[in-house]
Amino acid sequence: MNIIICVKHVPETSEAELRIDASGKTIEKTGLVYDINEWDDYALEEAVRIKEKQGGTVTAITIGPDDSDSTLRKCLARGADKAIRLTDQKFTGSDAYAIAKILHSVIKTLPHDLVLTGMQAGDDGNAAVGPILAEMLKIPHATMVKKLELGTGIAKINRELEGGLEEQLEVKLPALFSIQTGINEPRYVSIMGIRKAMQKEIKVVTLADTGLTEADVGEAGSWIKIEKMYVPPVEKQAEFIKGTPDEVAVKITEILKAKGLI
Amino acid sequence: MTKIFVLAEHRQGQLRDITFEMLTKAREIAEETGAELTAVVLGKDAKELAKPLADYAKTVIAVEDAKLENFNSEAYKKVLTALIQQHKPALVLMGHTSYGIELAPRLATALNLPLATDLIDLAFEGDTFTVTRQVYGGKVNAKATARKAETYLATIRQAAFAASKPAAPANGQITETPSPLTEEIAEKRFLQYVLPPPGGVDITAAEKLVGIGRGIKDQANIPMVDDLAKTIGAVLSCSRPIVDKNWLPTDRQVGSSGKTVKPKLYIALGISGAFQHILGMKNSDLIIAVNKDPKAPIFSFANYGVVEDLFKIVPPLKNKISEIRTQKA
Repeated sequence: MNIIICVKHVPETSEAELRIDASGKTIEKTGLVYDINEWDDYALEEAVRIKEKQGGTVTAITIGPDDSDSTLRKCLARGADKAIRLTDQKFTGSDAYAIAKILHSVIKTLPHDLVLTGMQAGDDGNAAVGPILAEMLKIPHATMVKKLELGTGIAKINRELEGGLEEQLEVKLPALFSIQTGINEPRYVSIMGIRKAMQKEIKVVTLADTGLTEADVGEAGSWIKIEKMYVPPVEKQAEFIKGTPDEVAVKITEILKAKGLI
Repeated sequence: MTKIFVLAEHRQGQLRDITFEMLTKAREIAEETGAELTAVVLGKDAKELAKPLADYAKTVIAVEDAKLENFNSEAYKKVLTALIQQHKPALVLMGHTSYGIELAPRLATALNLPLATDLIDLAFEGDTFTVTRQVYGGKVNAKATARKAETYLATIRQAAFAASKPAAPANGQITETPSPLTEEIAEKRFLQYVLPPPGGVDITAAEKLVGIGRGIKDQANIPMVDDLAKTIGAVLSCSRPIVDKNWLPTDRQVGSSGKTVKPKLYIALGISGAFQHILGMKNSDLIIAVNKDPKAPIFSFANYGVVEDLFKIVPPLKNKISEIRTQKA
């Protein structure tokens, strides 16, 4: 089984206070900690589990500058066999469509029974690269996959719908699946694994090697172009309770008591 | 006249809320641009589903086919490709839902038309299609423009727009269009719906909920919060990351992929307030949120907020409430 996994190196922003940078088109990135995109982490685990069960190879692919190597190293340490990083100044400004074209340029040259992506990325959250890539590769796909069972030439998968409901589908292989969080429990990497991964090669590919032109990538090759980013204005705000933890506890207790909730 | 298409979303015979939210927003755009609002419904009983849509849209295109009984993105792609090529609408709206996410990017690629996803706002500014979407987990908004095209595709975030019926029903004309599908989709087949395993707790029935999120940090910290919940007489619930980590069962999850709750009291501890979670709890009577980040979106929905580490607040709060309860008893 030849498994391709597409991963993204993203800033961890859930507990960070974000500011817009001087260009007005992106956030100030200094000081932010980067890691593998959360959804991709589950996709990586799923790929490695399939390989462990059935044999085969896992190839991890990312698009990004040098520092994305740490996410690829993580993939290698967790059980991926090969890693490819696509990088070029010209890729800047690529939307989901242009990103899918770049990924497609490499994946089409590799044997692939299964292509896995995260369901979305934690930074721009398009939830679109997977299905676009599947259409380009001319293979069936399913998104928001919460369960994946492989048979011969076929996969039985559960997709997450709304309100706790799922749907079960049968999809012919080769196929692309975009993975939802919670499908498995991603493992921790051993020190040994990280050491071994440091010695593995990361193949670097630039625009010239992809067969694409400048017009295919970046803003020129995208469907949509970011004009500006801004921190949304606060329309409504909670009444903040201030004081020491003890004082706060007293005030909350008073509110609950006044409302007859305790 | 140019058209705006809204793809009606339905499951198990029921039209879903997002359909009417999209129709409401699309009506506004249609009025501004002079376009004709058209609802498109595909299904086994499409003509029946078309009836309520006719109150909202000038025309309803119904494609009825037994092969469209359950949603299948490949079947939808084929039917919509034919309809879009025939009618050349200026705009096609789909939900940013489990169905729209599955369908829209692939449809756009097949048609070579630009797509913008998960929109919280959209407009034509002159002949430029301009969209607003959230990035970095809802902490930042991005305004973007699409490359020029005859037709733009978009997926719309759930609950981004409130649904409202037009003052006078549109009395839309329902037109049945024959299905272009000649055979079942072989590469991707629907098998069945799978319900979540029945759990012991129904959080939707609880009068009071104490919800935990990422800020809880470790499974070992849950008993401390559960203690607080028991003291208040509340049930413990959570946001998605807690279920993903298997720290609490699925039936405790509040949000678009979990349960929608409307308790008298909702205490959110270490929940930042991703919109999927907000969708599930924003109608609670009283919301109190504790979070370290003063800019956490949850504070825009809470009645009371505390900017503090939840671990500093939970123990004294539990003690104070215990005292009162003991006095009462």
